[in-house]
Amino acid sequence: MIRIENLHASVGDKKVLNGVTLEVNAGEVHAIMGPNGSGKSTLAHVLAGRPGYAITAGSVTYDGKDLLALAPEERARAGVFLGFQYPVEIPGVNNVYLLKAAVNAVRKQRGLPEVDAFDFLGLVREKMQLMQMDDSFLSRGVNEGFSGGEKKRNEILQMLVLEPRLAILDETDSGLDIDALKVVASGVNSLRGPERAFVLVTHYQRLLDYIVPDQVHVLVRGRIARSGDRTLALELEKRGYDWVSDQAA
Amino acid sequence: MSEAPEKLETLLARGYQHGFVTDIESDTVAPGLDEDVVRFISRKKKEPAFLTEWRLKALRHWHTMREPHWAHVNFKPIDYQSISYYSAPKAKKDGPKSLDEVDPKLLETYAKLGVPLHERARLAGVAVDAVFDSVSVATTFKEKLTAAGVIFLPFSQAVQQHPALIEQYLGTVVPYSDNFYATLNSAVFSDGSFVYVPKGVRCPMELSTYFRINALNTGQFERTLIIADAGSHVSYLEGCSAPMRDENQLHAAVVELVALDDAFIKYSTVQNWYPGDAQGVGGIYNFVTKRGECRGRNSHISWTQVETGSAITWKYPSCVLRGAGSIGEFYSVATVNNYQQADTGTKMIHIGPDTRSTIVSKGISAGHGQNTYRGLVKVLPSAHRARNFTQCDSLLMGDKSGAHTFPYVEVKNPSATIEHEASTSKISDDQLFYCLQRGITQEDAVNMIVSGFCKTVFKELPMEFAVEAQNLLAVSLEGAVG
Repeated sequence: MIRIENLHASVGDKKVLNGVTLEVNAGEVHAIMGPNGSGKSTLAHVLAGRPGYAITAGSVTYDGKDLLALAPEERARAGVFLGFQYPVEIPGVNNVYLLKAAVNAVRKQRGLPEVDAFDFLGLVREKMQLMQMDDSFLSRGVNEGFSGGEKKRNEILQMLVLEPRLAILDETDSGLDIDALKVVASGVNSLRGPERAFVLVTHYQRLLDYIVPDQVHVLVRGRIARSGDRTLALELEKRGYDWVSDQAA
Repeated sequence: MSEAPEKLETLLARGYQHGFVTDIESDTVAPGLDEDVVRFISRKKKEPAFLTEWRLKALRHWHTMREPHWAHVNFKPIDYQSISYYSAPKAKKDGPKSLDEVDPKLLETYAKLGVPLHERARLAGVAVDAVFDSVSVATTFKEKLTAAGVIFLPFSQAVQQHPALIEQYLGTVVPYSDNFYATLNSAVFSDGSFVYVPKGVRCPMELSTYFRINALNTGQFERTLIIADAGSHVSYLEGCSAPMRDENQLHAAVVELVALDDAFIKYSTVQNWYPGDAQGVGGIYNFVTKRGECRGRNSHISWTQVETGSAITWKYPSCVLRGAGSIGEFYSVATVNNYQQADTGTKMIHIGPDTRSTIVSKGISAGHGQNTYRGLVKVLPSAHRARNFTQCDSLLMGDKSGAHTFPYVEVKNPSATIEHEASTSKISDDQLFYCLQRGITQEDAVNMIVSGFCKTVFKELPMEFAVEAQNLLAVSLEGAVG
């Protein structure tokens, strides 16, 4: 589904990605782990098309298309979803309104009519139940005054409603207590399927107890230093990132 | 960021579509202003002596005044002797003959705003002879009002039919000597609206100039007087979201509101006069004096405005809170784009005890626009336990626009409570990217964020107006980020 080849990217003068190569197929879940500053979030943002990064070499092919040539909103409409590590607040803009605009943007792209408001609300409520969110969410502004955990749940809720083909979740587990983590994980698991791929960016192996990955990659200084199955994550937890860093050096 | 957006550019001059049904012959006085001109205007309108005298007093006072330049706006001094102060209704022949002759850009904007077809022609000044649907609407409308005892007339007709009410209330809120533009208006005002809601009557519908077919084109010196008698309730809508052209550059209107015991007046404005082109050429100078007096106990006046048009806006809808327990409110969204300038805000004058006021101002600046909030909260010694809450937020788009805030507070009673909150923000790249990542276009994202910013004001507008205002904002900020 997505093939990343020798991707180099920098922010200002600083090189952050130094030749990432990775292939994720439909139906797979890949976890990207690594120490702070290793380029995990940059990789997620570059794939989503966030401005401010210079791609200096390499390519990304998504469904046979050059992903890097698409504008961020085109990537989103093509089914690429980024779950943000720090979802931004948009005061006064209703949550459901944003979500509906997002769904309609995709539908418009596909030549479908706008979603029926009543049906849509039903769908949102159903997904909210899964995410254990209460009704007050419907009337609140986008992430406005949300706690860290609520913001993360909201990201997953948006993902459940938008049903992307490729979901990149950037440290969705950070700042979650164990109960919230289980809720978020069950949300993700409910969407797993043969047509869909996930890239989980995470610091900790804890998330992978609940969302079992097919492959685990360790990013060190902007390159994948090591790949393996989920036992790699368990080993990392025991031995720490230095073990991989030392090997990569 | 701030690439000069394409703005409405139209060569149309707005002709008088309907004319007046009164028997004024078509003639015009030569440019210039003196007592003869004022007498001429008053005679043309067959006004009673008291009104002629009042106009003359205003003129004499005006001669002692100077054009004010304290506002944070820039314009060349106006040559008041080059203006013609009376011109009879314009013939239809001046306008375009059909919509085919109208600037396609303007038509595009009407389409975006969802203006009905027959309305597009009228707004663009096309000489259509067909009488449109709203005539029947207007008739039903008038019958309902008459049944309720509500007087809603063009000002000039009210002078003929209800001179006693005019004499009793005119100039009691905005005296003829008030300020340069209001004084000029008092001397030469052309027409406007008059509303009287009798005791205990709840006006059965929103009063809108839209339906007042005979007084659509009231010209550059408009005068409005609204009186809500004890226990009555009225909501008045002024303006129209569709862009309107006018050959007169200077607009100096006066609006006076009087609320007696327990009365409520809600006055909503959507202002979208021609703002000038993208380089700042042309456009209306909108120098308006609007003031309401809560004269009675527990009376309530609420101003809501959405200002997107005009080259220069100079406007401070205010409340004089005289009655004990009276309430004044001001909710405002002011948008400037390209080279527009706005200096707007309010004055809340607390005189009576237990008076309360709320000010919510949202300023949006884009392009090279300069947006100023100027507000005064004044608590007199008699206003025991007066309370005010002010919230003043500015949103900047691009890096060449400006937002300025001048809050004045004068408190002469120690039991008063005054709160002021202010913020200035930009649409953040994070907010934009978040929306883009959800598949929403940049333009829709900006509209969404701006509407969110204005939400507390929009919810004060009557329903249909709120929808119009939102569309209007979207159109006037088109291309402001990008």
